[in-house]
Formats: sequence, structure tokens, C-alpha cells
Amino acid sequence: MPIRDVINRAEAEPVLPDPMLVQPWRVRRLVRETADTFTLELQPQASSGQMRFKPGQFNMLYVFGVGEIPISISGDPAQPRMLLHTTREVGAVTRAMRQLRPGAVVGVRGPFGTAWPIEECEGADVVIVAGGIGLAPLRPALYQILARRDLYGRVVLLYGARTPADILYRRELERWRARFDLEVYATVDRAMSGWRGNVGVVTALIPRAPFDPSSAVALVCGPEVMMRFAVQELLKRGVQPGAIYISMERNMKCGIGLCGHCQLGPAFVCKDGPVMRYDKLADWLQKWEA
Amino acid sequence: MSVTGANRVSATVVIERAAFPQLLDALKTARYKLLGPKLVNGAIVYEELAGAGELPAGWAEDQMPGVYKLKRRIDEALFGYTVGPHSWKKFLHPAVAVLWQATKNAKGFDLAAPPIRAQKLALLGVRPCDLHAISILDTVLGRGPYKDPVWAALRKGVFVLAVNCVEPGGTCFCASMNTGPRASFGFDIALTEVVEAERHFFVATAGTERGSAMLEKTPHRPARPDELDRADQLLANAASKMGRKLDTTGLKELLYRNHEHPRWDNVAGRCLSCASCTMVCPTCFCTTVEDTTDVTGRHAARVRKWDSCFTLAFSFIHGGPIRASVRARYRHWLTHKFATWLDQFGTFGCVGCGRCITWCPAGIDVTEEIGAIRHTESAKSRKEAS
Ligand SMILES: Cc1cc2nc3c(=O)[nH]c(=O)nc-3n(C[C@H](O)[C@H](O)[C@H](O)COP(=O)(O)OP(=O)(O)OC[C@H]3O[C@@H](n4cnc5c(N)ncnc54)[C@H](O)[C@@H]3O)c2cc1C
Ligand code: SF4
Ligand code: FES
Repeated sequence: MPIRDVINRAEAEPVLPDPMLVQPWRVRRLVRETADTFTLELQPQASSGQMRFKPGQFNMLYVFGVGEIPISISGDPAQPRMLLHTTREVGAVTRAMRQLRPGAVVGVRGPFGTAWPIEECEGADVVIVAGGIGLAPLRPALYQILARRDLYGRVVLLYGARTPADILYRRELERWRARFDLEVYATVDRAMSGWRGNVGVVTALIPRAPFDPSSAVALVCGPEVMMRFAVQELLKRGVQPGAIYISMERNMKCGIGLCGHCQLGPAFVCKDGPVMRYDKLADWLQKWEA
Repeated sequence: MSVTGANRVSATVVIERAAFPQLLDALKTARYKLLGPKLVNGAIVYEELAGAGELPAGWAEDQMPGVYKLKRRIDEALFGYTVGPHSWKKFLHPAVAVLWQATKNAKGFDLAAPPIRAQKLALLGVRPCDLHAISILDTVLGRGPYKDPVWAALRKGVFVLAVNCVEPGGTCFCASMNTGPRASFGFDIALTEVVEAERHFFVATAGTERGSAMLEKTPHRPARPDELDRADQLLANAASKMGRKLDTTGLKELLYRNHEHPRWDNVAGRCLSCASCTMVCPTCFCTTVEDTTDVTGRHAARVRKWDSCFTLAFSFIHGGPIRASVRARYRHWLTHKFATWLDQFGTFGCVGCGRCITWCPAGIDVTEEIGAIRHTESAKSRKEAS
């Protein structure tokens, strides 16, 4: 390998700390969420291990010999010794991940990227708009907000899934819905028998959701088209462009600003995102195939 | 422009052609591995050199869009050519690098990065445009919140012998990009080669203590005023002999305004999306990774390789590539070089070396593409104004 032919043992240099090296975490449980999603519960292999992260950040997860992919952290930031990752099975790496058994070891690099602006939400109404697996990176934000519920105004969660069977974190959603200090509205694109909730796209919930648009902060995550429509609806309601945050997805190979894959205009989504303020990105979101 | 090392400019001296090999010998004695231009298979590329005898003395090239042809010079200049298909990134940001290797064990797996123990490298004959390219990569790979450990290890202690360009090539436009033809920073020693009927010498300046130490070991004498004038005159002439020109005024805004411009369709009709331009580019830094295992499944490795934004896979996410059309991929590449790079890193990502023009099999010329966009836009605004 080219890099090897410059090796000269006589002139050894100390090895630098390496951001490309993965840390071993052990699979504690693998929870099946829906037909095509599952949550990995990871615990550090070292007894002293932990990961402090902020809601919205992601990890690069490596399955031995198969590959490494970016996955958002979906657990509670107050529990740094347990990492949760909720993943949809779509291809080679996620399939291999789905087949992991308790005790298996995965490689973790992170946490990387920007976080949801939880501090900025203090004193404001918070509108959380999630589509499909997009609820996963928003769950840590909800945990953090609910841990200090008194700091925030009204908190509204609008969640859309394809069908009732695709709804993530079902039991938790029920519990949240039962709270009087949290408004939860769920909707499905296609209903099935027994579904008594809303039918239609999640963006249709925005016009009537109970929040004060002039002071609200919106956190949006889902497929890119869904986010574009959600932003339009939020703007129509009167939410400030600078108070809308979205979490972008791009191809990522390094997660740390070095491989170039995640560029979206001037932004490196891995380090300037994934959570980005809408007004800073608006121009580029309008550019097709940017 | 960022400055690598404070360039203390010592007295300017003259090294006669006959004494020049001793400069490279001095570097060798100081245990540097010599890397420099060499004639291999019809092109001047960068490889390890045993000494000055391996430099492509008396050679030059014709460079035009899609054309690279070696030719003999009438003299025996040691650096009488410009840049070929290689750039220095091949030594500092290798095309293939093993990031780590892992072995399964009872508890999971052990993982370690292979040691990068670089022999000190001396880069010989680095052109001013390429000095800028190295400095740009210092910023991209060496200054982020996270640094590339491979770049850091290989870059450390590199000795740079720069050569000013007295005869720019047919696709050069460093004068437009403000990167040449004279080296202004980032070198240990900078040379200007002067070849005349009766004389052949180098005007040399040290940019660092290390550089002056090497000059000390090479027979030299103070430069006479007429010799300095001669070198200055050659460089002044060079700036007016650039094969290409690019107007960079308001370039970022021009490209941001013209994300939808018919010229992108036009160039997409010619671009083969072959990625040559990104491979020869001295600043294109993008990489991908490959995860491999051996036949036993017990040993795995993660290998980093140069990648190109011209491939479909580059922007692939579940559901399909973000930049599916050649139009979008060419536009991304050009916009990155001449617009978004400024927002990301504070400089252009282009140094005007012309490699992408010469080595494009379709002869696509960035200066011409940008010129076409600028021209139609100003034609349009003239029309609107009238
Ligand atoms: C910041 C961020 C957070 C994410 N969070 C989640 C999450 O919480 N849950 C979830 O289910 N998904 C998440 N994703 C998407 C997830 O990374 C992709 O679904 C995953 O990479 C697909 O890998 P695969 O090998 O199974 O799929 P395939 O479709 O087989 O992909 C083939 C190959 O394409 C590449 N590829 C595809 N998508 C991506 C990508 N986004 N980045 C890099 N390479 C890619 C990989 O090299 C992969 O091996 C996130 C993506 C990003 C960028
Ligand atoms: S032009 Fe393309 S290959 Fe070059 S650095 Fe930019 S994104 Fe990477
Ligand atoms: S993922 Fe590599 S630069 Fe962003």
C-alpha cells in the first residue's frame, strides 16, 4: 500500500489520536419496533465507558467486516452509559445490524454533528414535527424537554407514519399522549381497520396544532420532501424562518468533515448539521440536485 | 492566503548549474527521501529520485485542452516544463490508505491503526500553484475540528524546494487565481532557473532556517544585481504568458446566481463523468472507505480511497443519488472549486494549475465554462438594461 512504502521504523513518530478509530460497544438488546425498524441498545465494553451526547447528534456505527453508517442517537441524553439507535432496515449494513445478537460488539464513532436547539426553546412553545423514522433523532430532544418540562411553553408533537403498523415507539407515544403537559397528534397516510386517529400527511396537522407561532421553535425531521412541506406550513402559520430547525440526511463516509460526501452547498452536513436552521439553508433547499 | 511557516527570506544567492546536484545530495545526506519530476511513459510525473541526474533535463510539454505532448527543448533546462498528471497530494494524501485493521477475539474485536512512520520527504520542483494547493489541503485536512491523522503524519517536516515558473503552460492560469508564477510562501528554498546561451544558473532564496542550512551545504555565491534583474524579468514576462485567463471578480456570487443556467446542460452533453479532473486536481480531497474481511472472516480492515464527486455512488442515500444527472455533478464540482470552497475554507479550491483542462478527455476547460456563464449573464443584463 502506498502509505506503507513511506514507513521507516528508524524514524518512528508517536501515533496521533485518531478520529477514524471506532470504540467497541456491546449489544444488550435488539428491540423490534415495527416490521422494518429495530432499536439497538448498546452498552460500553469498558466499565468506565460512556458517551455524553446532545439530542440530534449521530454516531457512525460499524458492523464487523460489513460497513459503517451514520445513525442518530435515539436514547436519553441523561443516560450516557446506554446508547439507543433506532434503525430502518434498507440495505447491506442495516440488514447486518438487524441480525446482531445480544453480546455482539459493534464499533462506534461519535457523537458527531449539531444538536437540536433545546436551550433556545426555553420559554417558548415547542413544535416537533416527525415523519417515519424521523422520530428517532427527535426522541432525545423530547426526553430532555420532558425532564425539565417547566422550562418550556406548550409542547406539541406531530407525528406521521405510513400506516398504523409503522408507528414507532407506540407504547411510549401512548404514555406521552396521556400526559396533560404534552400534546401528541399522530396521523397515518393509509389507515387500517381499528385506526381511529387522523388519516393524511403530517403536514396537514400543522395549521390547527395548538401553539403560538410568534414564539414557537419548530424541530422537524423526516424525509426531505416531508420537511420541505412542513416548513412551508410552519411559515404559513407565522413561525419565524430562524426558529425552524431541520435535520438533513446526506451520504456520509467520515462524519467529521474530511471525506467531502455530505456537502450541501457550502455546508458539510456532518459537522454543520445534521440539525440546521432553516433560514440558513433555505436558498440551497430550493436548488435542485445541489 | 494562509502562510505555512514564517518565510524568513535570507539573502538571495546564485547556484551554478554544475553545483545544483549538490543541493539534492545535501538533502539526501540529511536523510530526506527525494521526490520530484521524472519522465515516465511519456509524461513527467512525481516519483522518488536518486539525484539530480533523474530530472527531465531538456524536456517540455505542449498542453492544451485534452492534449499533453512531450517535446525536446532547445536547451537543457532542468525545470523547463510545468505540471503533469500527478500532484503532490499523492504523497501526502495517498490514493489508498489503511485506516485500521481489526481482529476478532473472544470479547469482540481488537482494532488498531497501522503505524504511519514517514521518512522525511523532500518535494523537489514544487510549482507556486502547487504550494497553494498544499496549503489549501493543510486547511481542509489539518485544521478542522477533526484532523486527518494520515495527512498530519505525512505532512509533518516535509521539505519543500519550490521552482518559480518562467514558462507557464498552455492551460495554466495561476496569474488569474493569484497563486503564481512566483512562490511567495510555503517553501524552504525557492529557485528561479535561468538558462542563457552561455550560462545556466539558479537564483535561490531560502524561506526557512532549514532551507538556508541546505543552501549552506551547496556551493553558492551572492547574487549580482544583473542576475536578480534577469530572474525578475523572466517572472514578470511569465505572468503575461499564461495559456488561460479567468476573471474571478464576483465569481462566487456569479455561480450562486446561476445554479440554473443552460450552460450546465451544454457541458453535461460533453462531460463523460469520468472523474479524471478530480484525480489530477491537486486540491480534490474527497475519499470513500471500503470495509473488507479476509476469507476466515476474522480479520477486517477499513481502507480509505480517493473518491470523486463525478460518480453516482458519491451522493447515494437510501432512495437514490442526490446528484443523479451529469449536469448536477459537473455543476457541483465547479461550484465547489470556485464558490462554496470560499464559504467553507476562505479560499478558492482552484489554484489555476490547468491539470483538469489538459487531462479532460473531452477537453472541457473550466475557464471557458465559467466565461460562458459570465458572458451570457452580462449579455442578458445588457439586454435588460437597454
Ligand atoms: C446524520 C444521519 C442520521 C441518520 N439517522 C438514521 C437513523 O436514526 N435511523 C435510520 O434508520 N437511518 C438513519 N440514517 C440513514 C442511514 O444512514 C442509511 O439508511 C444507511 O446508511 C443505509 O445503509 P445500508 O447499507 O443499510 O443501505 P444501502 O441502501 O444498502 O446502502 C448502500 C450503501 O450506500 C451507502 N449509504 C446509503 N445511505 C447512506 C448515508 N446516509 N450515508 C452514508 N452512506 C450511505 C452506504 O455505504 C451503504 O453501505 C441517517 C443518516 C444520516 C446522514
Ligand atoms: S470538487 Fe468534488 S471531488 Fe473535488 S473536493 Fe469538491 S466534492 Fe470532492
Ligand atoms: S461525512 Fe465526510 S465530510 Fe461529512
